[in-house]
Amino acid sequence: MADVPTPTQTPQRTRVNGGKEAATDKSAVTLPADADVLARAQAGDHQAFAQLYTLHKRRIYSLCLRMVGNVAEAEDLTQEAFLQLHRKIATFRGDSAFSTWLHRLAINVVLMQLRKKGLSLISLDEAMEPNPEEGPSRSFGAPDLMLTGAIDRLVLERAIADLPAGYRLIFILHDVEGFEHNEIASMLECSIGNSKSQLHKARLKLREALRMQNRQEARP
Amino acid sequence: MNDDRSTLSCAEFQAKMAELIGSGEDLTLHPHLKDCEGCRALLADLQTIADAARQLFPSVEPPDEVWEHIESAIKQKN
Repeated sequence: MADVPTPTQTPQRTRVNGGKEAATDKSAVTLPADADVLARAQAGDHQAFAQLYTLHKRRIYSLCLRMVGNVAEAEDLTQEAFLQLHRKIATFRGDSAFSTWLHRLAINVVLMQLRKKGLSLISLDEAMEPNPEEGPSRSFGAPDLMLTGAIDRLVLERAIADLPAGYRLIFILHDVEGFEHNEIASMLECSIGNSKSQLHKARLKLREALRMQNRQEARP
Repeated sequence: MNDDRSTLSCAEFQAKMAELIGSGEDLTLHPHLKDCEGCRALLADLQTIADAARQLFPSVEPPDEVWEHIESAIKQKN
């Protein structure tokens, strides 16, 4: 079949806001042609499965990489996520968007890996409820330490990597990947309010970390 | 809790921030912020962080080997 793209070909994407490409990917599986690809993959068509990989590989790999921060690990996790997809694809019933379902599957693979590495994560529920000691402190007053407009990218990336996994996951899904709270709630099987609350706490934690960095740099 | 938006304390305002931000409301117009420099600074910081996040972690393709490994594992299973 000459017109079937191989999984190593890159689909055309529209980049929005310097990094967000959610709309392109998420709309992809709603087109009739893609619904057909999904149906064929569910029926065991290997070419169709390869097409699904081509459609979703970038977002799943990027999510894995952003969560674990290590290329080799991200490759392994992507591989595991798509192998799980291959095993479970027939069970997808269309209760949510396919990309949401696939993301949930990949997130579970990532969280399992984090658990293996010694983080006390057993389930998404626990990832969503970080230890109270890991939560941000309240921030009243102190306008003197307002962050400047330009945040050092490396410092912010390091601060994100240091977030508790649950906060990191919500922050990456919403602020980096561009998912909406209702989509995240569906992926993580939590309430929309919980998603909003966790994202807010994540941003507060990052602010604390960045202000700490500012204080250290300001010391003589 | 005090529900009068103009007389909210900082604690009350910050307790509502997650919901207010998540709802998409333009918080810069919130009455509490008119007179509260601290909460204005907090909101500006959170916005700066959210804006900066969009420039982070460029999306990347996995190397071709990942698909090769997936395909090989599927063939072995079959």
